Amino acid sequence: MATGIGRGNCRLAAGGKVSTASHRAQHAAEHRDNHLDEHRDEHRHEHRHEHRAGHQDEYRDQDRDLHKDLHRDLHKDLVLPYGDQLNDGVVQVSFTLPVAAGALAEEAARQAMRLMGLEDPQVAEAAAVGENATFFVGYGKLTRPVELSKLRVAKPMWEELDQGTINRLVHETLGRPMVVVGAATGQDAHTLGLDAILNYKGFAGNRGLEAYSAFKVINMGSQVPNEVLVAKAREAKADAILVSQVVTERNVHLANLTNLVELLEAEGLRDKVVLVVGGPRITHALAIELGYDAGFGPGTRPQDVASYLAQEIARRHVELGPLHE
Amino acid sequence: MLRLNIDAKTVDRCHEIADNITSRVMEELSSLSTVAIERTVARFAGVDGVTGDGVPLPNVLVDHLVQKGKIHDGVAIHLANACLALGKTPVQVAQMVAGGETDISSLEWQGTQEVTKKAREMVQDCLDKIKARRAEREALLEELPVTQTPWLYVICATGNIHEDAVQGRLAASQGADVIAVIRSTGQSLLDFVPHGLTTEGFGGTYATQANFRLMREALDEESRKLGRYVRLVNYCSGLCMPEIAYMGAVERLDMMLNDAMYGILFRDINMERTFVDQNFSRMINAYAGIIINTGEDNYLTTVEAFDAGPQVLASQFMNYHFAKKAGLKDEQIGLGHAFEIDPGIQDSLSYELAMALLVRQLFPACPIKYMPPTVHKTGDIFSSHVLDSSFNLVSVLTGQTIHLVGMLTEAIHTPLIQDRYLSIKSAAYMRRAAKHLGHNLQVKPGGLLETRAASILEDTLELLEEVNQEGLFAAISEGVFAGVKRQRTGGKGREGVFKKSRWYFNPVEAALRAELLGVS
Repeated sequence: MATGIGRGNCRLAAGGKVSTASHRAQHAAEHRDNHLDEHRDEHRHEHRHEHRAGHQDEYRDQDRDLHKDLHRDLHKDLVLPYGDQLNDGVVQVSFTLPVAAGALAEEAARQAMRLMGLEDPQVAEAAAVGENATFFVGYGKLTRPVELSKLRVAKPMWEELDQGTINRLVHETLGRPMVVVGAATGQDAHTLGLDAILNYKGFAGNRGLEAYSAFKVINMGSQVPNEVLVAKAREAKADAILVSQVVTERNVHLANLTNLVELLEAEGLRDKVVLVVGGPRITHALAIELGYDAGFGPGTRPQDVASYLAQEIARRHVELGPLHE
Repeated sequence: MLRLNIDAKTVDRCHEIADNITSRVMEELSSLSTVAIERTVARFAGVDGVTGDGVPLPNVLVDHLVQKGKIHDGVAIHLANACLALGKTPVQVAQMVAGGETDISSLEWQGTQEVTKKAREMVQDCLDKIKARRAEREALLEELPVTQTPWLYVICATGNIHEDAVQGRLAASQGADVIAVIRSTGQSLLDFVPHGLTTEGFGGTYATQANFRLMREALDEESRKLGRYVRLVNYCSGLCMPEIAYMGAVERLDMMLNDAMYGILFRDINMERTFVDQNFSRMINAYAGIIINTGEDNYLTTVEAFDAGPQVLASQFMNYHFAKKAGLKDEQIGLGHAFEIDPGIQDSLSYELAMALLVRQLFPACPIKYMPPTVHKTGDIFSSHVLDSSFNLVSVLTGQTIHLVGMLTEAIHTPLIQDRYLSIKSAAYMRRAAKHLGHNLQVKPGGLLETRAASILEDTLELLEEVNQEGLFAAISEGVFAGVKRQRTGGKGREGVFKKSRWYFNPVEAALRAELLGVS
């Protein structure tokens, strides 16, 4: 069975506007929306399409190459959600509307999905979750592709190293373990993430920083005021500060994180430490924006943080000379 | 019912040792009281409200006595003496102290007999009120019976009590039997109780008396609508354990989290402060007919759950004996544990089943509280839902009583409205589908479940013996529980612990001891 994309390509080729490979790529880029619209139309009118199959046979050989190229380009650069066929755009959503269950609620759900940019919105499940609320599971299709080449991704600049390499790198760089002070700051009483990264036990079989000879870990626990953390970092001559923020209600973490940067700057410590923040709602981009050196989100393993810290301290040592001298 | 064949002698010995460990702690601390206990006595005497700066009047009164060096006598006799000397009510006296109009530590002494009598009288209304509220709950439970177990327990935590009331009612209408309003992060370390209705909180809603009242009223209304009494829960932990116990008693809360060691281990609250506050707060819980929930689930989320079985059981034995000494009946002691073994371990479900059965069987009359998986959850909400289903099955199969419903979005955020709907639906399904399954199965003698349970029980006895040998204070300072080490002289709130003078008198404690333990 031909894929939906394949059929779309047939139409482009039939238009006779494509000659060379580079043109084809350009053409594909210019017409991607158009192309995907056509694909969608065809999908919807599959019956009509089958009637035209004989007509397309004339172009079969030519199509095959074109299909391969475009398919690859699309696959590489323009992507749509993958349901059961490549780039079919199928999206599954669930949400609740504050509307009593019934026909009006379902239409409201379909409209909500259209507003999300989904075509062909389908309500698979509508369940009353109270007198005036309905829960929906819905399906729709995303039609505008993501252009991978146009994305800018902020990622900490590090590669994964094994424990031995990390230990060696740090000791070669500093001639001593790297002092890491960690805390869940402000009102945050959650130490699960912090403990998973720092404590010997680690997380999901990945040992924490305490298990590395490369690090001397000071885990200050929860609800640590920024002032206390900064004082501790100064006293312990910290090379790195790890801040954990789990509670993010009303963006309380943002103010708290910014405050820490300001305090470190005021104390003249900001450039002397590698400043890292982690938490379920933290991204590297957000961390950079807040004035941190790196940010780690959900699923981060201790080894990720250890790899980063070792490489960052080594980089700084080379670029800026020894710290705390 | 599924039953393990366990060694009765080992169980008896565990009880005996736990009884001994807890007796020693209570004896050692019997000469101490705390500022939180004294503030609670002031509240029993009707001292409520805040100053213009928002300082609660009970704090004003107790701080005043601390400053004057008279707190060692307890707040009651100075307050009662002031009422007699000034011809005022307790709250009027507190207002005068707040306004700097009187120094109650230096008023003319009205005579020991008169003052003691007045002290007893001034807390009597409140004691009567709590008794009435308890009777009210009992009547409601008869009128609006809860017939299904386990009770499905869900959490609301919007930060805004008005929103919590809406969400709590909604959850109840979806099938929840118990609604917990979790507290704002950090409240456990406040040495006062916030006042009035609150609409801002972090990761939860502040526990205040006004918030308790609003929530209980909302759930009463919903209970009548559903024909099923919906229980309300809050947290009796932190630096204000007894004050919050008082508030819960007066506002007819039905359950309160109250662990003997949680504050010490996980909030770094001073040991003496915690044990002393714990005892008094549990006496209030007992008198109010409240079910306490202990927090052994926290060990399972802190250390490797597969290995934590003996710690959990040892703590349950001690929590149980502390509770009994505070006058709680078995049916008020909701010992906690959790389903937290790494699902990647082969036979993890069997190990969970063994532990759940063991706990159920060791404390047959206690309403066991079972907490859902959290540690091994990720953003994969679908797999999370599957894990919760396994938890639901074990809970129903082993006859747990208080079932905290797991949320598929546990690892991501506080529950959305649909998360609660899906989780309750799934738990209710298992409660129905596996209702009599446990009654029709037997544990294979000497098989995996029994072997596992027996080894946990043996290790528990060994651990209790170790704790008994060095004493609980020393055991905690060596990190026996949850791997957390705390020193007896360390931790927050230590400055609020004081030695009672020979004139010390606490009319609330006297009344509760007489009522609960038959001691006068």
